[in-house]
Amino acid sequence: MGYKIIVLAKQVPDTRNVGSDAMTPEGTVNRAALPAVFNPEDLNALEQALRIKDANPGSTITMLTMGLPKATEVLREGLFRGVDSTVLLTDRALGGADTLATSYSLAQAIKKIGAYDIILCGRQAIDGDTAQVGPQVAEKLGLPQVTYTEEILSISNGKVVAKRHIDGGVETVEAPMPLVLTVNGSAAPCRTRNAKLVMKFKGAKTTTEIAALTDEAEKAFYAQRPYLAISQYGAADIDADPAQIGKAGSPTNVKAVKSIVFTAKESKTFSSSDDDIDSLMAELIASNTIG
Amino acid sequence: MNNVFVYCELEGAKVADVSLELLTKGRKLADELGVKLECLCIGHKLDGVEKQVLPYGVDKVHVFDAEGLFPYTTLPHTSAVVNLFKEEQPQICLMGATVIGRDLGPRVSSALHSGLTADCTQLEIGDFDMKVKEGDKMVDKHYEKQLYQIRPAFGGSIIATIVNPDHRPQMATVRDGVMKKEILDENYKGEVVRHDVAKYVPTTDYVVKVIDRHVEAAKNNLKGAPIVVAGGYGVGSKEGFDKLFELAKELHAEVGASRAAVDAGWVDHDRQIGQTGVTVRPKLYIACGISGQIQHIAGMQDSSMIISINSDPEAPINKIADYVITGTVEEVVPKMIKYYKKNSK
Repeated sequence: MGYKIIVLAKQVPDTRNVGSDAMTPEGTVNRAALPAVFNPEDLNALEQALRIKDANPGSTITMLTMGLPKATEVLREGLFRGVDSTVLLTDRALGGADTLATSYSLAQAIKKIGAYDIILCGRQAIDGDTAQVGPQVAEKLGLPQVTYTEEILSISNGKVVAKRHIDGGVETVEAPMPLVLTVNGSAAPCRTRNAKLVMKFKGAKTTTEIAALTDEAEKAFYAQRPYLAISQYGAADIDADPAQIGKAGSPTNVKAVKSIVFTAKESKTFSSSDDDIDSLMAELIASNTIG
Repeated sequence: MNNVFVYCELEGAKVADVSLELLTKGRKLADELGVKLECLCIGHKLDGVEKQVLPYGVDKVHVFDAEGLFPYTTLPHTSAVVNLFKEEQPQICLMGATVIGRDLGPRVSSALHSGLTADCTQLEIGDFDMKVKEGDKMVDKHYEKQLYQIRPAFGGSIIATIVNPDHRPQMATVRDGVMKKEILDENYKGEVVRHDVAKYVPTTDYVVKVIDRHVEAAKNNLKGAPIVVAGGYGVGSKEGFDKLFELAKELHAEVGASRAAVDAGWVDHDRQIGQTGVTVRPKLYIACGISGQIQHIAGMQDSSMIISINSDPEAPINKIADYVITGTVEEVVPKMIKYYKKNSK
């Protein structure tokens, strides 16, 4: 029996590679200097979804992302690896959202997608490291959750058995479907793109982009290939309560943001020469810092 | 009403260190606000659990003791917290930024529509001014005594102060070791309330079963080590870390790492130092090939003495170091081992 799986993915600035140009002279974040990447743990979540699909023929995977139109890049990456359908949730009205407003918006989009057995996402995104969106989506949908998942061990009789990380150890839990699982970065890495799927889906466009096509030949091309359409939802499509989305729906406010200025200490400098290291170690021993 | 609450994490009947640290912080915040400090202990076989928490200055301990509440599962703990909070209307709720706190916190915040800030490194009380819409025009609104939730953000390149002016409770998670625990009074008198669990937790919440569980004592003593030898991306490889372990063995130190080195797979995740890892306060911190992103600095800046070994003389960490050695880790660390041996004889 197949399962209906939804994978939540996010396009994030690659904060692992913050260079010296990551800050503007005014001290704000220079997003343009950071490449946009597929949030790493969402890829781990995708792999778990693909494994369920491999083991249970007839399963389908829908990938949902919320972000700027450019976030379709991660949806295409999903299609290249075996995702069946994709949804881009994008709207100015959704901007400025904290995790709670984001979770509400995603939960509304999931309701519109319809039936699901399993919702998977990464444990956290590298641009915020909050790990809040997975559990908050689960709460909004009234579903049980399994966070910090390392591996889905089995699915049978409407129940998922999964191994998860806990502080100082591991545990195995059994949870009823439908449910939300968030997946750790230490779970199995995601498979690479499939060349055939890349060829098939590289032209995937959002429904909005396709509707805006003017060239007759291009229109006909997409009309014949409905699988190339990435569904695009806005705030109105997901029946969103304006008080719960974007800035208005976000309880948290950023009071202040400052870049860090270290108070420089007076430091002693040494070279890597034998003499220097010798005298440093002697000094540390003499001061009882070591030894 | 409107008190400060701490969710106490339990392994069996033992309250986690991070929760005791938060009780100490919570006590200070409560004093500043002129309110009481209360805490929740949710688990099973918790007779006498209050003895562990009252000395930290807790005015009221809420105990939820029932089979099925240990080991922790999300839904019953969420219901206990959420339903108690609906009655008690706390203004602040603190939790450990542990696996449990990061599973429970977002769930509670979503149910109560309150703001939650993860992995705070400082918590303070202060005022906040904001423009709010009143009818058609924007007016200034002044909020007194808000919880400032301070955390590095964006990969640690900035420090953000977050407030939740219009929603209660103001929720924050804090990592183990970030705050310091201090016993206030061994004989502190507080009230203990044992709640009827069934009144707060519906039976339908017990749907997730823990079928197997292994918890081991921590493999390292990074948090309590007097000397830490920490490696970053500049260590270059897993083999490079072997040298750090060798130096650590000589100095009776523990080995730590930056996130970059952990992400590269050179060292176990439980050795990560920084905002999203362990916070350490050793008497000596030897940073090997660590550039010094804020998120790392946040976890080691209180070290009494810092040595930085870096091939880049301009590495940010050098600014807070007492000793700066300009050179590669590969070259310097073996020399440190050699001359330590020579000089300690």
